[in-house]
Formats: sequence, structure tokens, C-alpha cells
Amino acid sequence: MRRSLPVALLASMAVGSILMLVVGASPGHVWWTMVTRVLGSEYQVGQVLYKATGLALTGLAVSVALDAGLFNIGGEAQLGAGIFACALVGTALPAGTPAIVAIPVCTLAAAAAGGAIGGAIGFLRAKRDAHEVITSIMFNAIVAGVVLVEGSEHIFQGGTTTGPAIVPGAELPRLPLGGSAANCALFIAIAAVALVWWLRARTTWGQAWLAVGRDPDAARHAGISVARVQILVMAGAGALAGLAATSFVMGHKHALEEGLGAGTGLLGIVAALLGRLHPVGVGIASLLLGFLSVGGLAVGDLVPKELTEVLLGVVLLAVATAAAWERRAAA
Amino acid sequence: MIASVLTLAFLAQAIRIAVPYAFAALGGAVQERSGVIDLALEAKLLFGAFAAAAVGHATGSAVCGIAGGVAAGMTVALVQAWCALWLAADQVIIGVALNVIALGGTRFLLQAIYHEGANSPPAPAYGDAVLTNPLVPAAIVCALMVPLAVRRTRWGLRLRAAGDRPDALVAVGVSPRRTRLHAMLVGGALAGAGGAQLSLAVGGFSADMSSGRGYIALAMVILSGWRPALAALACVGVAAAQALSVQVQMHMAGGGELRRQIVDLAPLLPYVVTLLVISLYRGRDRSPPSALGKL
Repeated sequence: MRRSLPVALLASMAVGSILMLVVGASPGHVWWTMVTRVLGSEYQVGQVLYKATGLALTGLAVSVALDAGLFNIGGEAQLGAGIFACALVGTALPAGTPAIVAIPVCTLAAAAAGGAIGGAIGFLRAKRDAHEVITSIMFNAIVAGVVLVEGSEHIFQGGTTTGPAIVPGAELPRLPLGGSAANCALFIAIAAVALVWWLRARTTWGQAWLAVGRDPDAARHAGISVARVQILVMAGAGALAGLAATSFVMGHKHALEEGLGAGTGLLGIVAALLGRLHPVGVGIASLLLGFLSVGGLAVGDLVPKELTEVLLGVVLLAVATAAAWERRAAA
Repeated sequence: MIASVLTLAFLAQAIRIAVPYAFAALGGAVQERSGVIDLALEAKLLFGAFAAAAVGHATGSAVCGIAGGVAAGMTVALVQAWCALWLAADQVIIGVALNVIALGGTRFLLQAIYHEGANSPPAPAYGDAVLTNPLVPAAIVCALMVPLAVRRTRWGLRLRAAGDRPDALVAVGVSPRRTRLHAMLVGGALAGAGGAQLSLAVGGFSADMSSGRGYIALAMVILSGWRPALAALACVGVAAAQALSVQVQMHMAGGGELRRQIVDLAPLLPYVVTLLVISLYRGRDRSPPSALGKL
């Protein structure tokens, strides 16, 4: 997959350039403007880091599950549950709760809610033979529906789509980057990348989950409880996706908001595959995807900002087909 | 209360909601029975809806709009077939990628063609009309004919062979790849028609207007054990639950807190039921085509 990745990226850039030509812009000028405007401004760099924080966590949620042979398309549900729980707990805490209590409590709430959804998906797969893609889709629909209904019935304030603010103690400090949304949840994402790397590379635990992904039957014969691994990995994956709520709720909006974080769970799939399922790769891929989506906004005066949204999907398509192409070339 | 809810208006609304789901599920069932995972139903619905609105707006004719939607669905299927059958890429990932492309792509086209962020200019609208909307009888005919075609015709036999025993198909000199391509084009046309209903029912396209219907339709296909007739029926159930909730909300001025909650959450019932059925009931008659997702 090493050689195919640059090919896939070049192909995606070519598609992007064609789209730019379609709307009558000069591709070279647009790409160059995108790079200089994003990298030349503290604010834009901060926005890239903010986007990458969420994507890295939902990306890891996809990559660790795929390591164990499970396709976790339920990132939307896991993140949605995390955001809901994080905001709910954050507003329920007494007003004067100090940060040293409030931040861990809200972080745990986000991870636990996401982990519960992920664990349920893993349980249904391992014990009830229900395919994780379908149960994930159902959970995505159910969580989105419940959050919207509960939000508009009980939480959103008078006609708005925003809930009450979380206690000040639960707010994560912003990073001093030109007033951007980048916040200390970035360090949670970096810690998660490091943790997943350590688990995979240095523990028997990680070896067990990789073995289940390579060949469940062989893993079973080696004495690994495949069902247990699948449930725990999915619970962990869900917790990772749920943790992205720390950036959206505690770091940025400080409240429940309709549509907050939407799409990040789905784009995590792009980050995971572009990062070749390696935790560090997922981190780098998240930065690249964050750059693309912020860059699209930055050149909004030259081409429609939706152009880079298309490119996110094109990148995924190109990575998938290039990987298959290389697999066949090697065989 | 019950009489005031179960009116013709409710029925018309349920039908309007059911048509896109049913078309998508029929298309998904046809494609999956031929052995190709169809996670791109969402993309076919969305591009179908956009094309139907765009063509409908340009020509002023809803029928031309439908043709545009069908063509768009087939185009998505063609790209999917090329990636899945010729380039042998992972079918689940292709599906997700096409859905991401559709979400951004339709908004890109809105911006590039109409310089609009969220809505297309008005197209002919069918609204809740049941009798004048050709997509309604078309959906009913398809729901009857597609299962029959899959079960009784030579085309259907080959399609099922491609999904279950592609090697047997090779042995009699038929290309599984060609068979699958044909199934995918039919499936894409059906899903594209479903997309046309989405935008032509309200007389215009708006961003993300499929909002997960393609995923739900695929779930109904799997829930039905890959039987197109049952899948379409399950979709009618999903639509009825949604229409019921809308009607009850309209007719219920006051009502207790608990009752309001129940009514609000009612549209989620089909998803909970699907989850329960999939996890509680493991019949052998619900197993997927044995070559699904493999080349």
C-alpha cells in the first residue's frame, strides 16, 4: 500500500483540478492560494488543528475496529452519544465545580457514552451474529433521532438549537492561535494516538486484536476469545469516537448544539484508510483532511467551498481502488 | 382520535414517504442478490434527487425529471461497478466513498450551476398527490415485478447465480461480471427513481435531502433476508411510522409530557425493531447471498 498512496493522492488532486477547471478557475492558482492562505494564518492553522482533533479520534475509532476485522461505520452514533452525554453532564454539574473535577468527569462521560454504543455493536456482532455495519447504521439513526427529540423537547433554549452552557470548570482552554477553535482536546487526540500505537506495538493485548483481524479461526485456535476481543475493541473504538466530544463541546461550543460534530464520524473512515490503519498515519491523515476542509473555505472566493468536500470522498475512493490495484499487482 | 389520524391525508403522506425507501430497497436487493454490496444507495438517492430537480427545472417537465433521476442513479452504479468489479476495490469502502462524494458533490453542483448554497430553483412538484404522480404506480409495479423477475426469469436466475455460485455461472459460459453489471444498472435506475420522488415530491432539491434513507433501505434489505418484496414491505412500515408521527403531532394540541415523548420518538421505532429482529432472530432463511462482497 506504500506505493499506491501517492498515486491515490495525485489522482485525487487531478480530480480536484478538473473540478476547478469546470467552474472556470485556474487549478495551479487555487491550490497555491489554498496553501499560502491556510499556512500563512495562525487562525487557519488553528482551524486545521481543530478539525484534525475530531477526525483523528473518529479515525482511530475506525482503524482499531478494522484492525480486529470489524467495520465501524457507527462513528456518528458514538460521537453523537458522546456529545450528548458530555453536554448533559457538563450542565448538570454544580456551577462552582473546579476544573480538576469537571474536566475528567465530562471527558469520562463522553468516552463512556461512545463506548457503550460501540460495546453494544461489538456485543451484537460477537454474541448475536448481527452484522456490525447494519447495527451501526441503526444506532446512527436512533442516536441522531433521540438527540434531536430530547434536545428540542428539553434542552435547546427557547426556539434556538443550542442548549444551556456547561459549567465554566468543564471548559477546555483554547490554544492561542488567532482566535481559532483549536483547543486542548488536541492533546487528548495526541494521547489517544500514542496509546493506540503502544497497545498495538507493545502489548499482547494489541497482538490479540490484530490476530483476530487477520484470521479469527487461527486466533481462536491460539486460545484467544474472539468474542471478548471483538466486544472490547468495539467498546474502545466507541470510546475514542466519543472522546471527540471533548473538542466539540468542552473545547469549542461549551453547549449542546444541533448538528455539532455531524459528519466527523463518517469522515473518520477516510482518515483511517488514508492513514493505512496505523495510529500515527491516522493522525497525519487527519491533518491532511483538516487542511482540505479548511482550505476549501479559505479559497471560497475562487471556487465553491463544496469542492474540497467532494475531494474527501474522492480521496477515499482513490485510496481504496489504489490499494486493490497494488494488491493485485503483488499477487 | 384514531379516526382523525387514519385519514386519506395520512395515507397519501405515508405513500409519499414510502416511495423513495421502496425504490431504494428494491434496487439494493437486486444489486446485492447479484453479489455486490450496495452501501451507495444514499449516493444514488441524492444524485437522483438532484438530477430530477435540475432536469425538471430546465425542461419544466416532471417526467423528464424522473428520467434524469434514473439516469443519475445508473451513472453512480456505473462508477460503483467500475471500482468494484474491474478495479476490485473493497465494496463497503466504495459505497461510503460514493456517499461522501454525493453529499459534497450535489452541493458543489448547486453552487456551480445555480450559485445557491442549499436549495435548487423550483422544479415541478407532485406533493402528496397519489393519482397524478407516475412514480407511485411505478413503485407498486416494481414492488410486484422485481421479485417476480428475480425469482422466475432467466435474468433473475443468472443474477442469483452470480450472487451465490459465480463459478457455476462461469461453467455455463456466462460472465458473472457482466451479470452483476446489469443487475447494478437496474438497481441504480430503481434507486435513482427513488431519488426523483424525493425532490419532485417537494418541487426542488435541498442539500442532504436523502438524510440517511439509503442506509435505512439497505438495512431493510438485510432485514428481509435479501427478498425484494419483503424489503419493500418493510419500507412501507418505516414510512407508516413516520407519517403516523407527523399526523399525531398535528392533531394533538396539548397532551401529557409522556405522550408527547412517545409520539416524538415513534419514527425511531422501525430502527429499534430492526435492531431487535437482527439480533434476536437468526434464521437460516435470512443468510446473505454466499458470494456477497467477493469477486
